[in-house]
Amino acid sequence: MANVLHIVVCAGMAPDPLQTLEPTTGPNGPGIKNEMVLPAVLDPWAASALYEAASLAAKNPGSKVWLVSLGPKAKLQQVMMTVAQKVGFELVPVDGPIGGFPDAHATAAALADAIEAIPGLDRARLLVFGGWESATRGAGVTLQLVGERLGIVDQFQGVDQITLREDGSFEVLERVEGGKHQVSVCAGAPAVLGWATGNLPEPRNNPQVGMANMRTIMPALQKAKSVALEANGLKYVAVNLPRQQRETRVEKNLSAEEIAREIVEWIEKDNR
Amino acid sequence: MESILVLTHADETGSALTKASLEAVTAGVDLAARLGAELAIGIVAKHASHAAAQVAGAANRLLAVQGEAFAQARFASDAAACTEICRAAMPAIVVAPDSSRFARVMAVVAARVGGAIDTHITAIGGAEAVEATRWFYRHRIEAVITRDKRPWFLLLDAGTHAPYAGEGPHAQPDEIAIAAELPEMRTQVTGFRAPKLDQQTIRPDAKLLFVAGAGWTKKQPDGQVHVEEAGNLILRFLHLSGASLGSSKSLVDQGGEGQPVLPFLTHLNQVGQTGSTPRHPKGLATCCHGEEPHVVGWRFIGERRAVSLDANCGWTRGKADVVYVADAFAVMTKVNELLGEAASRS
Repeated sequence: MANVLHIVVCAGMAPDPLQTLEPTTGPNGPGIKNEMVLPAVLDPWAASALYEAASLAAKNPGSKVWLVSLGPKAKLQQVMMTVAQKVGFELVPVDGPIGGFPDAHATAAALADAIEAIPGLDRARLLVFGGWESATRGAGVTLQLVGERLGIVDQFQGVDQITLREDGSFEVLERVEGGKHQVSVCAGAPAVLGWATGNLPEPRNNPQVGMANMRTIMPALQKAKSVALEANGLKYVAVNLPRQQRETRVEKNLSAEEIAREIVEWIEKDNR
Repeated sequence: MESILVLTHADETGSALTKASLEAVTAGVDLAARLGAELAIGIVAKHASHAAAQVAGAANRLLAVQGEAFAQARFASDAAACTEICRAAMPAIVVAPDSSRFARVMAVVAARVGGAIDTHITAIGGAEAVEATRWFYRHRIEAVITRDKRPWFLLLDAGTHAPYAGEGPHAQPDEIAIAAELPEMRTQVTGFRAPKLDQQTIRPDAKLLFVAGAGWTKKQPDGQVHVEEAGNLILRFLHLSGASLGSSKSLVDQGGEGQPVLPFLTHLNQVGQTGSTPRHPKGLATCCHGEEPHVVGWRFIGERRAVSLDANCGWTRGKADVVYVADAFAVMTKVNELLGEAASRS
C-alpha cells in the first residue's frame, strides 16, 4: 500500500548564478546592489528538493507537496512564473526580506510558523524538505532549526536519495566526506531532509501544470503574511568582494608537448 | 572572560579524532590564548580515551560522551551528546569542525542551549570582540561578522587551520552520562556507499584538483565527439597523478539531458555554485568555459592553471596563474606520456 506523505519544501530565492554580485550597505544592513531587479531563481539545492518531493508524491497517491518560501512578494511572484511550470505544489509564501544576510535563526522561526499554520497538515506524515545549504547565506542551518522548532528528531543533510519502503520506513543516502554516501534507515515520517542535488533532472516546463499552480499561487501571494526578521545579535563588521586578483600568464604559442612538459614539471615540483 | 569549548568527534575507527576536529582544537587553543580564556574540549566517540589523549595537553578540561550509540553519525544521538557537553561546559564560544557529522546537528545544539550559530568559518579574529570570517553567495562575497549572543557556535571549514599535534599528559576525561535526554532512536546508520577504491575519483587529500569541463564531450576539430577517448585520458591522468576530479555543472548535467557523458562523473564531482568548493594546493582546469560559477569552485585552490581553446575566456583572466591556449586532448595525451615515463623510471 502506498504511503500518504505530506511534504513541505522550504525554498528561498537566489540571484541567477551568472549575475555579477556587488555588496552594498543599506539602512537594514548589508545587501546586494540592485538585488530586487537582478534575475532570480529558486535556490538550486532547494529546487532539487522540490523535484524530489514531487516525484515522491507522485509515487504515493494521496500525498501532497507544499512550497514554503520567504521573500518579497513581488520577487516571489516573478520566480513562481517559472517554478510553477515544473511540478505541482501549493505555495505558502511569507513576505519578508530578500538575500543571504538576514539571520538564519529568525528565518527559520518564520518558516516554522508558516508550516505550523498550514491547514490540514498531518504532522505524523510530514517530511520537511529543503536544500542542505542555500546559494545565498550557505550556512546549512535554517532547515535544521525549522525541524527543531517543529519537534522533529530525525534529520538528514546532504541527501541525494530517499527510498520509501512499504512499511513507511525509508532509506536515505547522505553525502559525507571523501565522495561517499552514508546510508541510514529511518522508521518513517516525520523527518527533515536537506537535499544536495538528488538524482532527478530539472523537469521540462509544462504550461498545464503552470496554469493549475497559478490558480492558487496568486491568491496565496495576495494573502502572504509579512514578517520582519530580527538580527539575533548578528553584526556585520565588513562585507567585501574578494580582493585576490592574479597576474595571468596567457600562453598562446606553445606546442602541446611544451605545455605538457611545463604542466608535469609544475605538478611534480613539490612532490619530489 | 569568554570561556571556550571545542567540540570534536572520532573518525570511523570510533576512537581517534578526525583531522577536522584536530584543526578545530588548534583554532580553540589560539583563540583561548588570545582572549586569556579557559579552554574545554568535548569529545563524542565510541571510545573516548584515545581521543582524549590526543588533545589532553591542550585544554583545562576534557568532557566526553562515549558509548556504542555514539559510534554512528546520527542526528538524534549526536545532538543529544553535544547538547549535554555544552550544558556541562557552559561556554561562551563553541568551536567545532564543519564536518558532515557536526554540520548535521550543531544548529540544533545551539538552539537547545539558547545560543546562535555561524558556519563555514574560515578565520577567527578581532581585537576586542571575537570576529569570524565567512563567505556568502557561494564564496563570492566575504564578510566579517560578530555576535552579542552567547553561546556563539562557530563551525570551522576544514583546511583553515593546522591539525593540533601538541603533547600533553594523558588525562582520563570526565564522562557525562546521557540517559533520559536520548530520544527513541528511530534511525540506524547501516553503512556507507562509495565507488570501488580504484574507481574513487574524489580525493580530498590530493595535492591537485583536476577539473573537467563540458568541452571534453563537445565536437572536436574532426567534427566528431570523442567521449570514450576523453574518459580514458582523464582516468589515466588521475591514476598517474593521484589528482582529485572535479567537474563543471554543465558536464555533470549532460547525463540528464541525453547528451554524451563521462560515465564516472557524478554530482559529487561537481564544483562551483551548486557543487563543492574543495581545498587543494593546485588546480588544473581543462575544457572549462564557465564564468563566475567556475571561479567559485576554485576559491580555495592555491596555484591555478588552465588549458582552454578560448584565449579570451573571461573567467581565467585574473583568476588563473597560467592559461595554455591549446587542445586539451593533445596536451593531456602528452602529459600522460610524460607521467607514465616518470612512473616507469621510479
